[in-house]
This record gives sequence, structure tokens and C-alpha cells, in this order.
Amino acid sequence: MRIGIPAETHAGEKRVATVPEIVEKLVKLGFNVAVESGAGDAANFSDEAYRTAGAEIVEGAAKLWAESDIVFKVTVPTSAEVELMHAGITLIGFIWPAQNPELMQQLAAKKATVLAIDALPRMLSRAQKMDALTSQAGVAGYRAVIEAANVFGRFFNGQITAAGKVPPAKVFIAGAGVAGLAAIGTAAGLGAIVRANDTRAEVADQVKSLGGEFVKVEYEEEGGGGGGYAKVMSEGFQQAQREMYARQAREVDIIITTALIPGRPAPRLITAEMVQSMRPGSDIVDMAAERGGNCELTEPGQVVVKHGVTIVGYTDLNSRLARQSSTLYANNLFRLTEELCKTKDGIINVNMEDDAIRGLTVIKDGEITWPAPAPQLPAAKPAVSPAPAPAAKGHGGGGKPASAGKTAVLFGAIALLFLLIGAYAPPAFLGHFTVFVLACFVGYMVVWNVTPALHTPLMSVTNAISSIIAIGALVQISPPMLSGMDRPDEWIRALAVAGIALTAVNMFGGFAVTRRMLAMFRK
Amino acid sequence: MSASLVTVSYIGAIILFILSLGGLSNPESSRRGNLYGMIGMTIAVLATVFGPSVTMAGLPWIIGAMVVGGSIGLYAARKVQMTQMPELVALMHSLVGLAAMLVGFANYIDPMAVLNLSPAEKAIHEIEVYVGILIGAVTFAGSLIAFGKLAGKIGGKPLLLPGRHFMNLVGLLVVIAFGWQFMQAESVSAGMIALSVMTVIALLFGIHMVMAIGGADMPVVVSMLNSYSGWAAAATGFMLNNDLLIVVGALVGSSGAILSYIMCRAMNRNFISVIAGGFGSGAGKPASKADGETLPAGEVVSISAIETAELLRDAKSVIIVPGYGMAVAQAQHTVYEITKLLREKGINVRFGIHPVAGRMPGHMNVLLAEARVPYDIVMEMDELNADFPDTDVAIVIGANDIVNPAAQDDPGSPIAGMPVLEVWRAKTSIMMKRSMATGYAGVDNPLFYKENNRMLFGDAKKMLEEVLAALKS
Repeated sequence: MRIGIPAETHAGEKRVATVPEIVEKLVKLGFNVAVESGAGDAANFSDEAYRTAGAEIVEGAAKLWAESDIVFKVTVPTSAEVELMHAGITLIGFIWPAQNPELMQQLAAKKATVLAIDALPRMLSRAQKMDALTSQAGVAGYRAVIEAANVFGRFFNGQITAAGKVPPAKVFIAGAGVAGLAAIGTAAGLGAIVRANDTRAEVADQVKSLGGEFVKVEYEEEGGGGGGYAKVMSEGFQQAQREMYARQAREVDIIITTALIPGRPAPRLITAEMVQSMRPGSDIVDMAAERGGNCELTEPGQVVVKHGVTIVGYTDLNSRLARQSSTLYANNLFRLTEELCKTKDGIINVNMEDDAIRGLTVIKDGEITWPAPAPQLPAAKPAVSPAPAPAAKGHGGGGKPASAGKTAVLFGAIALLFLLIGAYAPPAFLGHFTVFVLACFVGYMVVWNVTPALHTPLMSVTNAISSIIAIGALVQISPPMLSGMDRPDEWIRALAVAGIALTAVNMFGGFAVTRRMLAMFRK
Repeated sequence: MSASLVTVSYIGAIILFILSLGGLSNPESSRRGNLYGMIGMTIAVLATVFGPSVTMAGLPWIIGAMVVGGSIGLYAARKVQMTQMPELVALMHSLVGLAAMLVGFANYIDPMAVLNLSPAEKAIHEIEVYVGILIGAVTFAGSLIAFGKLAGKIGGKPLLLPGRHFMNLVGLLVVIAFGWQFMQAESVSAGMIALSVMTVIALLFGIHMVMAIGGADMPVVVSMLNSYSGWAAAATGFMLNNDLLIVVGALVGSSGAILSYIMCRAMNRNFISVIAGGFGSGAGKPASKADGETLPAGEVVSISAIETAELLRDAKSVIIVPGYGMAVAQAQHTVYEITKLLREKGINVRFGIHPVAGRMPGHMNVLLAEARVPYDIVMEMDELNADFPDTDVAIVIGANDIVNPAAQDDPGSPIAGMPVLEVWRAKTSIMMKRSMATGYAGVDNPLFYKENNRMLFGDAKKMLEEVLAALKS
């Protein structure tokens, strides 16, 4: 089948739906790939690069749409683009079906199959590799920090120079979703002191892991809205949250806001008074500008200065890092294509039985299939109880003491055994028996102290030592004879000599190999 | 040399042997410990040879036998590959067992041994001979089979004869019955029959016992046979009224017993069930698979050697978990090269060793030491398990069951409760394996399906060399 990549038509959009590197992989999957001439220019991918990777360059959108079986796009298609579609075409890209009901009708009328990458069921772990929202948000989070640094008049990292001391910048990040986390990591990487807040308390660890400090709202309420999104919070919480934001606004140099709630305007977190309370020269990057902004004074798409504070309201952060955004997006679509084409023969199969694909498919052959039923998730496992604490380290009589009953039985059995031995064994035997029992205990104590790393040398050295059995053979070879004894000398000697030879192998071999091994252990 | 001098020499030798084992408590003192052992052995042998129980007539024989045996031993010690250590150790156990048998027989046909003994003493002596040969024969035959299994000359799968426990029981009864007959025997030749029958049964028992044990339980078997070889020496000591042999036998015996215990605990298995055999058979298909609902969810994500190298380069902390697969592929040197490179870049690389990784206790440590990995970055499981959450990349090389999360999460798993290295808690774990096959326990590994796990398929050595090449470029 033929995959077409049109140039994006939205004003200011610089991304492209696939990159040369991915073209190669798509060709390997058995597809033909056609790219509209100039589609990758804004993202620094030349037609030549696509051609080298195995794509065909097509002049003009009309021709491209007409000849393609599948079209990869980034942004929501325009009406003009929908007009170019032919029946039976498959479109993959951002659609936002909830916000664009009219577009959905138009697409359905075209008898198309549409996979909305934004409708991916994100809770499925295997869907992560196709999650374009995440990949794009990550890029945007990074770029937000770069934009903030661009308009900020100081270093991010603290320095002590010959020319004086520079304090580190303090950055506050509102919302620790994918974009927020990327921003935390980037800002911390530049050396700033980073604080972050989110209504979902469980992200605190993620914030810390990226080098940020989690600022809590002093109010008890859990804000997880399912699927990794936040929900609207209660009035009491919002009050507490406002106080916290006001405090942060007075303290920090830079605020980056990323708070979004699905299907609603962005929550107003930063009021005009808060902006006023910030130090002159501070700046705010409002990543929610497109949806109205988290800051009252944000003007979407613009950079404005209010009360001495620069407020960046860019809505095209991804296009400002077009090459990176496109590469990640292309990867997401490639992973999706792999799922659609498991046979690797260049033919896609929109398998509605597959949870991930079912979720993505918003129109199937002209029939609207959105919204998809909630995927059958495996019932959330109860929090795995922590593995039983390892028993106190076992070296030297470790572990749990045995139960009293068992101990009593054991002691009883031993006492009985000793009683029997004491009653019947001759005194000479008892002497040896004493030595034996004590030696067992000495061995027990000594061996528990051996470090596990040396267990193999321990075995080989005990092996060498057990060749002490040679003594038994030695004393039999030619003992001083008592006259008149009838002794099968030849037999005994043969057995004893064989015994000595065998144990000598161990004696020399065992010590030598142990030496060789121990010599290898070095710091 | 008088008898008393011999005795004090023996006491000296005993002290040196104990110091020798004590020295193994850390690698620094271990080299001196080994030296103590050698000195102790020299003292013991010289004191015996020049003591009252050996006349000069035997000297040529002794020297001849020592030279022959000693040169074979030294040759073997020099030639053996570190990956073959388990085989060598098993073979050496069998030699001790055989020597114990031979000494027992020699002692039995020697009329001097029972000279001037009271009837009770004679009875005890006969029991000692009988038991000594019994243990020697079991050790000999068992070790030989273990050697065959470890060297791959005999298949690693357990041989499960029908009614094997019953057969063992009958064998034991027959041994006891013949023991009784042996005690009643009037003459040496009459006793010899009973003794020979018992020896044959003991040999068969030894073969059968080890044949029934699966490959994964080999560390237990090797340490158990180590223990037996000690008890064989101790029994010989009783037979000859020699305290030196008794003490050394007891030291070795308890050492082997402790190792077996540690190995069993590391697998969360009971000693009896290991000896009874049958684990790791592949017949023991995971019970949890049958009910269908605990099938691991998720999918397997593979990774290339180049991507692995990139992950490693970006990591701050790396833990490598080696297993038997590393030994088979002889990949330890490549592992060291990678380790060296990463450490030069300032990356914290450590090794996590599970007690039963490999085919004998401490097998992995020896291989890594051979590859010149410094021992202070080679850690035990307990030392390291808490550090996995702070680790960027955990690489598992040719191991499976010892990193299986089912041991903790799935109470129905055959390996439930076995302590494992928690590699899945690292940010990314990379599993280096030839295929998706299960480990020796025959248990599916949910680790493969974890979302932060990547599979690097291929021969461990070849893959690691590619990773190394990618790291260097």
C-alpha cells in the first residue's frame, strides 16, 4: 500500500509526519512512501533526504492525496484537505474528535477510515510507544524552558565568578504531566532550583527523580482523574492552591504552567495580582495558552510584558523544535504502523479486536466508531505487599529460631542417640567421638564466616584438605610387622598405593587450583 | 619420630587447617589461608611417613604414588578453565570417595587392624569400615555422575525412574541386612561378599541419586557431595582411630553441609526435596499456566546492541547480573572490557551475584575474578537489592530464574518465595538471552513483559562484543 505524507497546511506549523529515517523502516515493512515536495523543509528534512531514504517525491497536495492509500498527518485536516480525500482512504493523525464534530461528519461522508492518534488508550502499557501526545508534550516542555531562558536576563545556574556571585534561578513548574516533567528535567539540567506542583500527589516521586522539589498544597484531596489526567478540584482545595501559587510567585524568577484538564478550558492558576507580585525581569511561559492559558494575562501566540514580567504565550512550541518533534512523531506513527501491519507485507489491517487499535479508530469505513468502549484493563492489582523482609542476614546462626517444639524433639533425639552411644560404645570410641562432635562445631563456626564470593575456593580447598585421607593409606603401606602375622601384603599395598595416588591428585591439584583462583581476586 | 611427636604434629596440622578455612572470610587473607592449608598438609604427611606406623620399606611406593598423583593434579590445576571449575571439583570429590573406599577395603583385609580388640570394639570397628565404604562409594559414584552432567557428557535432565523413592528404600534395607550379615561373618572372605554387595548397591544408589537431580539444583548437589567427601574422611578416621582424619573430615563435612543449606535457602527449597530430585525437569510445567489468567500481560520489546550501548553510555549507575549463560558463552572477559570502559567514563558499575547463579557456589565470583573484575564491585544479592530503584540500567546476562519477579508476586509459581535480584526495579532492565525459553525451573518469566524491560536476543558473547564495539566508537 502507498503511504502519503502531505506538507502541513496550518499557518506556522513546521512539523512533518514522517522523517527520512522512518521512511526507510516503512519501506522495509513493505510500503511505498510518497512525500509531497517541500513537506519536510520547515523541519530541515530536504526532498533529497527523503528520496535517498526510498520515498517518492510528489509535486502538489492534490496528486499526493489522490494516489495514497494511507495518509500520515500531524495536525487536524482542513476542509480543503478533506475535499482531496477519496473513498476508502486511511488517515492517521491528530483529530480531536470531541472538539471537531463537524470534521468527523465530513470524514465519515468521505467513507474514510480515520485513526486519531490523540484517541490512543494511554493506559495500555504497550500503547506507550505510539503515544504521540506524550512525545510531543515532552518536546514542548523542553522548549518551554528554552523560551523561558531566552527572555530571562540571568544565568540559570548559580556561579561564583571573579566578577561576583550569581544566584541560581528559581523555577516553578505548575503541573507535572509529561510536559511538566520534561520542563523540570530541562530546567534542573541547566542548573536552576526547580519546584513543581501537581494535584496528583503520586507524581511527587517523579518530580524528585528529575531533580525537582515537590511543593504540596496543604489540603487533603486526591486529584487523579484516571488515565494519567487531572480532574477539577474542590473549592477548598483551589483556595489552598491559590495561596500556594501566590507564595511561589513572590519567591521564584520563572513560572512555567502546564495545567490542562481534558475537554475543559485551562484552569486559571496565575492571577494578575500574582504577576504583579513577581520580581521585575521575571517571566512566565504559559504552555496552556492555546486553551485560554493558566495565567490571566496570557495572550495566546504572543509575548507580552505586563508589570515588568514577560509572559510567553506561544502555542507552537512543537514547531519551534520541528525537527525533534517530527522525529518522535514519526516514530510513534511507525510503531502504530507496525501494529497495523503485523504481517510485514505492506498491507494494513485495522483489527478492531485489538484494544489499542480499537481506541484509535474513530471512523471505520465511513462509520463513526468514536468514542470507543473503555478497554478491558486487567483489574488493578492490589498494591503488591512488600516482599517479606529478608530474614536477618544469615551469617553465623542467622534466620528465625526454630519453634520450641521442634527444638525439643531435636534435642530429645540427640539425647537418645548419645545415651545409646554412651551405653554401648567402648571408651576409645568415645574419645574419638568427642573430637568429632567438637570438630563439627568448629567447622560450622568457621565456615559461616566465609564470604559468599569465595565459596568456590572454599570448595576446592576443602577438597584439597579432604585428601588427608591419604594418611589412612600411608599407614597401611608398610606398617612395622609383628612376627607371625598372616597379612595379604600385596593386596593391601596395591589398594593403598592406589589410594595415595588418588588423594595426591587432590592434594596437589586442589591447593594449586585454589591458589590460582585466589590470585585472581583483586581490588 | 615418636608417636607423641606425630600426635603434636597432627594437632599443629589441625590448627593450620582451621586457620586455612578461617582465612577465606575475605579475599585478602584467603591467599595466606591457602598457604596455611598447604603447610598443614605437608606437616601431616611428613609426620605420618616418618612416624612409627610407616617403615622405610614403603617409602619408594609412597613417593612413586605421590609423584604420579601429584603431577596429574598439578597438570589439571594449571589447565582447567575457570568455567570448568564445577566439573573439576566434582571429579575431585569422586577421587576422595574412591580413596575412602580403597582404604576401607585395605583396612578390612588387614588383620592388624583388629588385633587385640575386645568384641565390642571389633563390632564398632566393623561398623566403621562398613559405613566408611558406604559413604565412599556413594560419594564416588554420585560425584562421577555430577561430573558427567556438569561437563555435558550426560544430559542435564533429571532421570526419573518409576518408584524411585521405593527403590532407594529397598536399597537401604538391603544395605542394613547385609550389614548385619557382615557383622556376623566368621572370616574375612565371608564378610567380603556382604561388603561387595553393599558396595555395588551404594554405587548404584549414588548414580541414581544424582541422575534424578535437575541441572538447576547442581549447586546443591556439588556442595552436598563436598560434604559427603568430608564425612567419608571422618569415617575413615574412626576406622583407623586417627583424630586428624576425624577432625578434617568433620570440618569439610560441615562446610559442605552449610553450603548446601545456603544453596537450598537461596532457592527457597527444602534439602530433602532437592535430594529427592525431579525439580527443573520441564515436566514440572508451571501450574499457574494452566488456569490461564496469570499469563504475563504486556509485550516483549527487543533492543539492539547499539541501543544497549547508548543506554549504558547515558546511565549513571549500572548493575550487571550474570548467570550460567555468561559462563557457557565465556563472555566474562568481554563483560570486564565493558565494565572498564564504563568505569572510565565515571559510571558506577556493580555486579549482583545470586547465591545459586552458575553451577556451583561462588561460580560467578570466580569467573569475574578471572576476568580481573575487582571484587569490591561484585556484590551479594542482599547488599544490592535495595539499590535497584536508583539504578539506571540493570543488565541480566544469561540468567533467568534468579531475576524472576514471579517469585515475589505470584504465590502459585513453582519458585514462589525464592529470593531474587529485583532487576525490574531499575529504570531499565536489559535481559540478554538467546531466546524466550524458560530457565531451568521451567517457569515463564513475567520480567520479559515488563514495560521497562528490553530483550537483547543472541549469544551473550557476540552481543556483548557488539555492545563493546558500539561503546568504543
